[in-house]
Amino acid sequence: MPFSFELLLEAIVFGVLLGCFYAAVSIGLSVSFGLLDVPHVAHPAIMVFGAYCTWLLGRLGLDPVLAGVLLTPAFFLLGMAVYRFYYEVFEKRGSDAGVRGIAFFFGLALIIEVGLILAFGVDQRTVEAAYIGKSFSIGDMRIPMRTVVVTVVALVLMTVLTLYLSRTFTGRAIKAVAQDEQALRLMGANPMRIKQWAFGIATAVAAVAGAMLIIIGPVDPGMDRAYIGRTFSVVVLAGLGSMTGTIAAGLILGISESIVLMQFGASWAPAVSFSLLLIVLGIRPQGLFGR
Amino acid sequence: MKALRWFAGMAAVFAMAGAAVAQQPIKIGMSMPQTGGLGAGGKAALVAIRMWVEDVNARGGLLGRKVELTAYDDQSNPAMTPSLYTKLLDVDKVDLLIAPYATVPTAPIMPLVKQRDLLLMGNFSFQVNHTVKHDKWFNNAPWNNAASWFEGFFQAGQKAGAKTIAFLAADQEFAQNLANGAKELAKKGGLKTVYEQNYPPTTTDFSSLIRAVRASKPDLVFVASYPNDSVAIVRAVNEIGVGEGVKIFGGGMVGLQFTPIMESLGSLLNGIVNYNSYVPGMNYPGIEDFLQRYAKKAAAEKVDPLGFYLPPFNYAIGQMIEQAVTATKSLDHKVLADYLHKNEMKTIVGPIRYGADGEWANPRVVMGQFRGIADKNVEQFRQPGKQVILYPEAYKTGDVVVPFEKARK
Amino acid sequence: MKFWISAAIVLAAAVAAAVTVKNEYFFFAGYTVLVFVTLATAWNILGGYAGYVNFGTPAFFGLGAYTAAVLFKAFAMPLVLQILAAGVMSGLLGLAAGVLTLRLRGIFFAIATIALVVIMETLFINWRFAGGATGLQLLRPPPMPPFESYIKMLFVLAVAIAIVAVAVARWIEQSWIGRGLRAIRDSEEAAECTGVPTLRLKLFACTVSGALMGTAGACMPMYLSFIEPASTFNLNYAIGALASPMIGGTAHYLGPVIGALILSTLQQVVSVTISSEMNVLVVGVLLVFFVVAAPEGVLGLFKKWFRTSSK
Repeated sequence: MPFSFELLLEAIVFGVLLGCFYAAVSIGLSVSFGLLDVPHVAHPAIMVFGAYCTWLLGRLGLDPVLAGVLLTPAFFLLGMAVYRFYYEVFEKRGSDAGVRGIAFFFGLALIIEVGLILAFGVDQRTVEAAYIGKSFSIGDMRIPMRTVVVTVVALVLMTVLTLYLSRTFTGRAIKAVAQDEQALRLMGANPMRIKQWAFGIATAVAAVAGAMLIIIGPVDPGMDRAYIGRTFSVVVLAGLGSMTGTIAAGLILGISESIVLMQFGASWAPAVSFSLLLIVLGIRPQGLFGR
Repeated sequence: MKALRWFAGMAAVFAMAGAAVAQQPIKIGMSMPQTGGLGAGGKAALVAIRMWVEDVNARGGLLGRKVELTAYDDQSNPAMTPSLYTKLLDVDKVDLLIAPYATVPTAPIMPLVKQRDLLLMGNFSFQVNHTVKHDKWFNNAPWNNAASWFEGFFQAGQKAGAKTIAFLAADQEFAQNLANGAKELAKKGGLKTVYEQNYPPTTTDFSSLIRAVRASKPDLVFVASYPNDSVAIVRAVNEIGVGEGVKIFGGGMVGLQFTPIMESLGSLLNGIVNYNSYVPGMNYPGIEDFLQRYAKKAAAEKVDPLGFYLPPFNYAIGQMIEQAVTATKSLDHKVLADYLHKNEMKTIVGPIRYGADGEWANPRVVMGQFRGIADKNVEQFRQPGKQVILYPEAYKTGDVVVPFEKARK
Repeated sequence: MKFWISAAIVLAAAVAAAVTVKNEYFFFAGYTVLVFVTLATAWNILGGYAGYVNFGTPAFFGLGAYTAAVLFKAFAMPLVLQILAAGVMSGLLGLAAGVLTLRLRGIFFAIATIALVVIMETLFINWRFAGGATGLQLLRPPPMPPFESYIKMLFVLAVAIAIVAVAVARWIEQSWIGRGLRAIRDSEEAAECTGVPTLRLKLFACTVSGALMGTAGACMPMYLSFIEPASTFNLNYAIGALASPMIGGTAHYLGPVIGALILSTLQQVVSVTISSEMNVLVVGVLLVFFVVAAPEGVLGLFKKWFRTSSK
């Protein structure tokens, strides 16, 4: 098909919106894996769980974004519990936590997936809201409202988390624990408590991300599998734990995917983003925005 | 006296045992995807097969013997089916085989049935016998080769005066097969391809793809997609628009036959021209009654409540077995296959005649256009006319409305 | 010596079974179990000994399967050569992935292997000669004598491949390579300081592990007479390969074998009895149970039990 700048521009706009969505689903992982170094491969599964909870609340007539926000306290507690368990069983015991830790979260993801199938069946679910299915025009360009909503939520989440991590005492402690656990211990703080708190936040964010997931499109229980690769890619590309990096990495993935989908062979889209990841791992393992 | 009574009692027991030997059930075996990607369709299809088993047993069984069905879950995974079917044959010793729903799980068992020369009743697979060329294969699906799918779509296109076409297809087995068939027909019809794209099954958002379709300004847009993508594509079309010039949109979208999806898309379906196996308004004898009874079962089993797509055709598999076994009074696979080849089968999805390759000699893929669909209403789909039948001619209930943007309203 | 004698007995028993047993179900089901034995053993070489988690089993397995299928389609190459070629290709893939990411911490390697699966699948979806997304149906040639059916031949081959895999794992475990890998798992920095050539050892383990996974995949196209990307690069292979060593025990070469036997036999049984989502649930629950409550797997439980009962 003919190449045109107009289309390229539109591809970039769609890419930015898609990229913000990718960032939104990765922020939680950027905290749990990026800052806390927990190999949380069940993050997408928890997100899909959040999407189903959103769906349940949606049936009561709640707006999905609001539902996502309402879910955060419950997910916060869930996250604290999961981390506590992980800490007692793996981190405390020390050696070999790596392999077993990953296996544990992997098993957890499978259990969540089957739990969702048993509770809701294999059919896909969708939610309704005023902004889903509507679009607005700028010139010849038509932009779906739902992607704009997701983008706004992603940016808000990002700002709040960045401010929290840099301005508050606990936030700084979380960053400190990521950098030097020993030093924090010497200062008399309990790193486990802080990590547990941070993991709770990461899981609460995953609930909101789940709401974004079901706003963007239909959700089914096996969906987490496709997002393990995507979210970890974003976090690694970003440089572990960098919030602004997460947005940037999401944008890179989103824009490249969108351009490939529109202009070149769409079937190469997944390979493009993952090759990008491999290259970054090979050349600059600290990520694009890591120190 | 006591001894006599004891003796009589024993005799009765022996007589019953003897009767049980003669009454050994006829075992029918299959695997069915009940989990995984094909699970939703498979479960609904299984309900229909079980209904036939109940019905035939209520009529006294086959050849005076009860019919027993063994159905394993193959998890939509082709790596599972070879071992499941050998278990059915070698351990469970079944008398007759039915194939699992869809092509991918069926493909690995074709060499097995060919090698052992067994009758296999196919189940909505596509050209799976093409390379194996087994003479005891009989597919229940209303199509044969790829071209048979979309005659209706291209006929409608021709009537609307279409000159150009855009293709959008998922990078998966079934969708690619459909798209290849459609491309053949497009070439034959002299249509110019202005856009052609295969998209990966994990695509999150279709905005950019639909935008690219719009930019290519086609007359026809042919989509071959899987259930999850079908929903996302229909929504993206609603948001982004495919352009005023598009006359007909649709073709091979899998999923728009499934009730939960039809219900959730509601009015967004209007105007789309898509394939189907059965839609209300096709007056096959017996189908109304079947669908009514199916609806009750489906509600209890929490599967597709309308069940237009797969269930009637799965019930038909049972009917064909029944007809062949009753007529030949035999369970011999060769005798049954001969009968199936030579005779017209009477089923709730109409009469079926088989070609040499075990596919329908006269395919009947329906091309229908969604019209007047309201949101959030399952029952509306039971009325004829919600999907106007454009093709096949014999069942036609209306003409295609073009352009697409007008038909959507 | 004892190992080789038992290996010879197993192989002889497999051949004897193939010649005498009539019921083919045994071979079909057994073949699937054996594939997982090989995959789990191969996974354990890098995952169990060195502590590097590989999520990319489907990539190596699938590349092996496709190598065999393509060679069969293009040159009608004999099965044994297909298997060897599959091993070489997947070994090279392992080496390449290792060079790129094994300098990094284990979790980065794990992520890279996820990416590998997607890239491989995309590659074969787009390669028309290999069938593309629609897949490829293959007509099996007649079996070689003395086997009367193809599946029996595949079964014996799968037994042989599994034995080779276990032998390789055993050799690595008991040689200085295994000691080096274990040192890496315990503390990579300490190992580096004591002069263990860590990177080279990891690359070696990754290559061997990949090659063995490739050979496990090589017979799959002939087993199914069909190959198609979505099911070939299925995540189930990654789950099985990772879960089996965790269940059986990672320290000993028999651990993955036991784990795979338990897990895939259980799955075969569950799928013909309960027949539902339980299948995945079984894996998930077993996996979590063993990593949490019995980190040394079934073998560890056995050892503990022996020790307490001998006291």
